Order: sequence, then C-alpha cells, then structure tokens
Amino acid sequence: MQLLSPEAIVGSRITNQSLRRWLHSLPGVDKVGLEARAASLGTRSIKTSSKAWALDAAIKMMDLTTLEGMDTPERVKSLCLKALTPDPTDLDCPRPAAICVYGDMVKHAKKALGNSGIYVAAVATAFPSGRASVPVKLLDTKDAVKAGADEIDMVIDRGAFLSGNYLEVFKQIQAVKEACKRSDGSYAHLKVILETGELQTYDNIRRASYLAMLAGGDFIKTSTGKVTVNATIPITMLMLQAVRDWYDEHGVLIGVKPAGGIRTAKDAIKYLVVVKETAGEQWLNPDLFRFGASSLLNDVLMQRQKLKTGNYSGPDYVSVD
Amino acid sequence: MRLDVRKTYKLFIGGKFPRSESGRVYPVADSKGEFLANVAMASRKDARDAVVAARAAQSGWAGATAYNRGQVLYRIAEMLEGRREQFVAEIRALTGKSDRQANQEVDAAIDSWVWHAGWTDKIDAVAGNMNPVAGPFFNISTLQATGVVAAFAPQDSALLGLVNTIAPAIVSGNAIVVVSSGSLPLPAITLTEVLATSDLPGGVVNVLTGKEAEIAPWLASHQDVNAIDLEGTSNFVELEIQAAQNLKRVIRKGDFARLGTKGSLNHITNLMEVKTVWHPKGN
Repeated sequence: MQLLSPEAIVGSRITNQSLRRWLHSLPGVDKVGLEARAASLGTRSIKTSSKAWALDAAIKMMDLTTLEGMDTPERVKSLCLKALTPDPTDLDCPRPAAICVYGDMVKHAKKALGNSGIYVAAVATAFPSGRASVPVKLLDTKDAVKAGADEIDMVIDRGAFLSGNYLEVFKQIQAVKEACKRSDGSYAHLKVILETGELQTYDNIRRASYLAMLAGGDFIKTSTGKVTVNATIPITMLMLQAVRDWYDEHGVLIGVKPAGGIRTAKDAIKYLVVVKETAGEQWLNPDLFRFGASSLLNDVLMQRQKLKTGNYSGPDYVSVD
Repeated sequence: MRLDVRKTYKLFIGGKFPRSESGRVYPVADSKGEFLANVAMASRKDARDAVVAARAAQSGWAGATAYNRGQVLYRIAEMLEGRREQFVAEIRALTGKSDRQANQEVDAAIDSWVWHAGWTDKIDAVAGNMNPVAGPFFNISTLQATGVVAAFAPQDSALLGLVNTIAPAIVSGNAIVVVSSGSLPLPAITLTEVLATSDLPGGVVNVLTGKEAEIAPWLASHQDVNAIDLEGTSNFVELEIQAAQNLKRVIRKGDFARLGTKGSLNHITNLMEVKTVWHPKGN
C-alpha cells in the first residue's frame, strides 16, 4: 500500500520534467566503492549451522522458474511437483516461495500446486522484451491475473527509459498495477523487472529502481534472465540500498529479486550476506527477497545432503529438470 | 648475479592451474633429504572441485570418437617425448636414480602411453561381444566408460606409476581425478603441463598433490564418483567400505601392475560398464 502519493514524493505534479528532475537529483553511484564492497562481502565464510540456515532460507526465498519457449503443461507440472517435494529423501526440506511461469501456464501451475501455499508468479507485459503496445501488455497482465496468478513479473519499457521518457515508464507501471487488480478488489503482487543488463550504468539502475518504487511496484527485480548480463552482486546491492532508503524515507517496504545466473548455493549465500549487510535482517524473508532461479535449487539440495550425510552428493541424487 | 626463477608447483583442475583453495603448500625433499620445492597441498574442497570439473568434461570426452581419443592420447606421448629432459631431471633429483635409469623410466612411460593410445578403438572389438540369443534379435554387448574415476597413484613411482594409473582410465572415455605420489609429486605436475598443451579437453584429467590420507575419504565417499583406484592408498579397507555406499567400481591395491611398458586390457575394462542392446532382426 502506497502511503504517500507520487506527487508528494516528487514534490510536484508528475510530468516528464518533474520525474527527470527528481531522478537526476539522486546521488551518483560510486562504482569502484560499490564493487569493492560487494566483493568483500562475497569473501565471508558461512559455516555449519549458519550454512544450514542459509541453505534452507535460500530455498524458502526461491522463485522456481521455467521460462522457455519449449515449456509444456507437463513440464510445468513436474516443476510444481518438485516445488512441493524438493528433496524426496528429506521431507523436512522447505518449499520454494513460488513457481514462476509464462502467463498461459498459470492455470496448469495453479492446478498442480492446489492450496499448498506456494504462489504462482507469471511473467507478463510481453516478457522478456516488453516490446508490445500498452493495451497488449495490460491484456497479458489481466489474463494472467484472471487465471489465478498471485504475482506478476512485468518488464519496464527500457527503450522509453533510455531515451529519457520516464513518464511513459511510470505510467505503464501504474497501468499494469491497476491491471493486477482482482475482481474482489485485492491486487496481485507486482514485481517490476528493470532488466539491469540493458540499463548500461549503475546510475540508471538506481533511477529505474526509484521510478519503479514510485509507480507502486511491490518488488524490484534485476533481470529477465534472457540477456547476457543478469543479476550480479553489485547490482543487487545497489537495489537493496534503494529499498532500504525508500523504507527510511517513506515507510514502505519494497522487495528485491535478483534473477538469472545464480546457479550455486555458494552464490546464493553470498547474496544473503549482502541482503543482511545492506538492507538488514528484515529483508531476509520471502516477502521481501526472492531468488529467480531454475538450476539453483538442485545445487542447494546437494549442499543440504552434504551437510546431512557428511558425503559429497552428486547430480544423480536430485531430479533432472 | 642472477636470481633463480623458481617454478610454482600448482594443482591441475579443469584444465587450469589453481593453487590449493586452502592456500597450503608442503616441502618436497630430494633423494638426499635436501629441500627441493614447495608443492600445493590439496584439500577436500580441491578434490570436490576436481570432481565437478571431471563430471563436466566426461560426457564430451566419452562422446568423442574412439579414433579422436586415440589421436589425442598419441599426441600426449609426443609431448612427453619433447619434455624428456625435464622429466629425467626431476626423477633423478627426487629418487637419486642414475641418468640411464631415469631415462628408462621416461621411455617406459612414453611406451605405455602409446600402448594405451592404440586401445581406444579396439576395446569393443576385443572385449565387446555379439551374444547368441534364442530369439529374432541381434544381441550386442559393448563397453562404455563408467564416468568419473578417482585414483591414487602408486607412492613409490614418480612418473611411470602415474601414467599407468591415468591412461587406463581415460582411454575409454572416463574422466579422472588423480592424487599423485605424496613424496614424488614433481613429475606429476610436469605431466599436467604436457596434458594442458596436448589436445586433451580441460577436466578430463585433474591432478591433485598432497596427503593421500587426507583426501581419500572424501573421494571414496563422494556420491558423484563412479570408480576408485586405491593403488596408492594406505587405509584401503576403510576406503573400500566407504566406496560401497554408491557401488563404486573398486580397483584394489596391487590388482594391476603399474611399472611396465604397457598396461592390461583388464585394467581398462575394469573401469567400464557393459551395455547390452537387443535389436529386433525379423526372421
């Protein structure tokens, strides 16, 4: 829920000029400092009981994802079954937070997950490029919400953002937010994908984060996973700083979701360290931090098995997907 | 006066030369007990990384044609020949062998490597079989690489024992993680430089130096290792029990000779699985 109106935050009527003035008044990002800090946090050693906690937390914060052109209802179903029982040899293993699929697969995912409490997230708005007219994007969103999606992952219009048309980006996010409204008046959770790999600079990433938060996104997400540069630790750290500062200034909690390229349990733990040290422990929570990943779960499960049995595990002991 | 440029002896994992993850090294003495070099002391995490690298490389290596594997192995023999002087010098320093004896050991290593290189496309012809069955089928048994092999080279041989441990494993398309002799590790590292400059894909052979007793339990209990060669181990009974957890193929200490100019087909096929295919043939 938005406590302050965008006008109050920006300090004037929302126009392209006022948005530009507001976004460009944000402090510039210290690239060297950011990357050095991210690298130093990555060297921290997490062992034994802390590691066990972190592995379970990583699973609970995971959006288990399949976003391929070759997805089939059966593939989505098998992924859902995996989410329901991640490790058949250990029924105490926690479940991921959500399944993330394309809009037309939502109904299959909903059916497979039933009332298990695992959310279904749908990518919408002409994912991954976002290159479609606004009515098409809104219809895409409404369709997924109608099919029962609990969360919508939208992409911003990077073309408009990079050409300085902030108002267009802002309006589209607001419109998609409205399209997330269900018939009972509640809203599907909106995650705004910034596609940081296409935004060129850290300053742009900071501006896009603020723009997405201003327009009412519940989560800001790094990437689609479909471009060469996906989630990195410095980028995620920058976005965590943005949500932390947003909470301090406006009292609204926004989540962060790094996605794409996070494949090993070791990487995931590094992210968790960065979350704790940047935004704080409050964000170590599936409502405020998610991993968008597909192959990460298997690696985390193998690490869990190692901790439990004392032997190194292998890919033969987790499902192929 | 010029300072010596000393060589840093590192591990060989996934086609790269990393230091041990643990940062440890240990001193290696020559045959008179004098300090010769510091060598990386691999930890269990280096072994784990090596298994991951071997697993990643194995399917590509097994998928290469037998002819191609043979050519790559022969190329390794050629490169060994080119580095002869270095091997001779290291063997002499470590073991105190005479020039002639050291040269003999290098000769034997090269000969054995060539012997193995010849086997790649002949294993199936000799050890595979067309089985007589009562039915309208072709029934063919062929041998396939078992996967990732963890091996412990003999402790008392600097080069030849290592070659006769690696070659029988990789001939058929396995990838190997091999722990070299603890006290005679220098030729093992020089051998990795040969492997890195042949056409062998990175990760097919991974060489660790360090304490066998420290690394062995982790490899024996590793669930993603398909076979283990216990030749250079001390605590082999316990290791064989651990290896049984996921039914690894086990080569026991002393099962195969390691110091000859050739290996044995039995050794090669011990690291392979039999696949039998039933193919309908009509009447």
